[in-house]
Amino acid sequence: MSAIPKEEYLFKCTSACAGCSSSLCLRYVLKAAGPDSVLVVPACCTSVIQGIYPGTAMNVPVYNIAFAAAAACASGLSNALAALGKETNVIVYAGDGGTVDIGIQALSGAFERGTDFLYICYDNEAYGNTGMQRSGATPLGARTTTTPGGKPTAKKDLDRIVEAHNPPYMATACSAYPLDLYKKVKKALSIPGPKFIHILAPCPPGWRYPTEKTVEMGKLAVKTGTWILYEREFGKLTINGPSKAAMKRPAPLEEYINGQGRFKNLSPEIMDEMRQQVEQNIQRLSREEAGVC
Amino acid sequence: MLTIATGNKAVAAAVKAAKPGVIAAYPITPQTEIVEQIAEYVTAGDLKSQYIPVESEHSAMAACIGASAGGVRTFTATSSHGLLYMHEMVHWAAGARLPIVMANVNRALGPGWNTWAEHSDAFSQRDTGWLQVFVSTVQEAYDATLMAFKIAEHEDVLLPVMVNLDGFALSHIMQSLETVEIGDFLPAYHLPHAIDTENPLVYGPMTGPADYFRFRWDIERSMRDARGVIADVEREFAERFGRSYGPTEDYRCEDADVIVIAMGTLGKEAEVAVDRLRDEGIKAGSMRLRWFRPFPDLDLARREVVVIDRDYSFGFGGVLAHAVRSKTGIAPYSVIAGLGGQEVTYNDIADFVRNRHPGEETWFGVSDHV
Ligand SMILES: Cc1ncc(C[n+]2csc(CCOP(=O)(O)OP(=O)(O)O)c2C)c(N)n1
Ligand code: SF4
Ligand SMILES: [Mg+2]
Repeated sequence: MSAIPKEEYLFKCTSACAGCSSSLCLRYVLKAAGPDSVLVVPACCTSVIQGIYPGTAMNVPVYNIAFAAAAACASGLSNALAALGKETNVIVYAGDGGTVDIGIQALSGAFERGTDFLYICYDNEAYGNTGMQRSGATPLGARTTTTPGGKPTAKKDLDRIVEAHNPPYMATACSAYPLDLYKKVKKALSIPGPKFIHILAPCPPGWRYPTEKTVEMGKLAVKTGTWILYEREFGKLTINGPSKAAMKRPAPLEEYINGQGRFKNLSPEIMDEMRQQVEQNIQRLSREEAGVC
Repeated sequence: MLTIATGNKAVAAAVKAAKPGVIAAYPITPQTEIVEQIAEYVTAGDLKSQYIPVESEHSAMAACIGASAGGVRTFTATSSHGLLYMHEMVHWAAGARLPIVMANVNRALGPGWNTWAEHSDAFSQRDTGWLQVFVSTVQEAYDATLMAFKIAEHEDVLLPVMVNLDGFALSHIMQSLETVEIGDFLPAYHLPHAIDTENPLVYGPMTGPADYFRFRWDIERSMRDARGVIADVEREFAERFGRSYGPTEDYRCEDADVIVIAMGTLGKEAEVAVDRLRDEGIKAGSMRLRWFRPFPDLDLARREVVVIDRDYSFGFGGVLAHAVRSKTGIAPYSVIAGLGGQEVTYNDIADFVRNRHPGEETWFGVSDHV
């Protein structure tokens, strides 16, 4: 942790909920990026946690933009800075809804065009800003305000969609591992072209667990193999430390599921399906890393 | 330099002269020729802009917003469904006070698919905070596009400008075009609130009821100031390049008893109708409305007025007719004509004047209430 700079670009006066992990991640993202950075933010919890005009908790320029438009706005900004000969970092910080649902077209376009920017999706697995409705990133079985009986379909596999664009760098991260996130942001920003980081960001009110369990919840997601930490540099996959162990001997899925109100009263069938999904993901990524396809 | 060009090519030539830092665009008939021509300029090295071939019009405007805020001049072009698809960002561009210039080639809206001229696309963006000018010739398309950058970027305006030209009737018509050496007519792009990492600001954050209306009023204040800026820029343009423009183009209006008000190419066609009517002894004049936003003051005292609307607000009436009525108190004869490229000749326009019924509305080609 001593490598992480003391400078703050996200001040303590945010209006995030207690135990919010996505704002914690943003703090580390900005520490890694430094002051010569611009954040582009679509409608999401991050538009709220900045504070209300004329106050702000942010200490880098923040360009707020419409829900579907973050990647396209960042495209324009990145090209403008190139035209001016500036090397400022352009970073999108967007929720899962703004990424896998309404913003996916702009995201895909910006990646296909080779835009020089870093797109970070912090994934709290629902629409937090509007009070926890389901998104395409909500996992199977999870209760949200629009899936009161539990979501009947699986989480959309955003990473494989992004992977199909062959970006020079993409990675997953989790709020419970801030140093890992910090390093990934640093590395991403050292590479030209479109970069992508997908952060799992547990959310106490949305996932219905006590606020003090935010770090534990992230760790359990990784230890059970539900969330796998990896990097893909120019197509080459590397599984990161904490997930290596978890993939060999994943902790029982119940340890992650049972602590969250959104998964209350899951049927044994759904639980089985979730277990199978975790197993399949582990196998797919292990095979790929070992070079067996 | 004197050449021959289409309306689309004239717009592209003006963009080349204005040298935007970023152009983001998406094709749509009948605008496509503009973005193709600009792509050719960029590829040939004749225009050193960053050209972003976005995947949609929503993204075209979002990219222009990011680029303009990032500190460079920006341009895009669209039409019809493209304009409607970017609607959310059209509002955003004005609210963010960005001097983006956009050419909109006016076209009807589906269903059914119709690529011909109509003004409903532009009018659907009436209340977004954009300045809107409508042109009628190839030369005017060029001149208005050049002036649009200067007007938009003026520190008393800082609002986006939409240059409207009729689909096919102007976009694809060849006329003579005189391009100019712009010299220092366009000053270097300067946006007082450009993104600057040395001075980190938050743009467009949550803004509560105690503040939001102030930003809205500021847009209106600039709209009002824009009238003077437009007049100054048009005067300077006339002095430098010898072609003068105003909020309206008036033809034989001084002693007219009846005035035809229309926009775009139909407004030009009306001048021929006026000549015919004068030959018959009818003292007619024509007033082609150029600036739709900010809407000009019209001097129509003691005249009868025939308004041609190439648009319609369902359940209400012709948009231009109602604007004229609310601005002047005169109840015009409202003619709805030219929708989706419906052919309207100068003889038809002369007929509208001959058969006028002030205060009434008629749909050209629809004889009865069916
Ligand atoms: C076009 C549009 N549709 C809907 C909304 C309402 N809206 C704002 S934020 C949001 C959900 C954001 O969810 P996500 O991207 O996951 O971010 P989070 O709030 O969870 O941080 C919605 C539906 C909007 N602002 N714009
Ligand atoms: S709803 Fe969740 S993601 Fe949003 S601010 Fe609260 S804790 Fe953070
Ligand atoms: Mg979310």
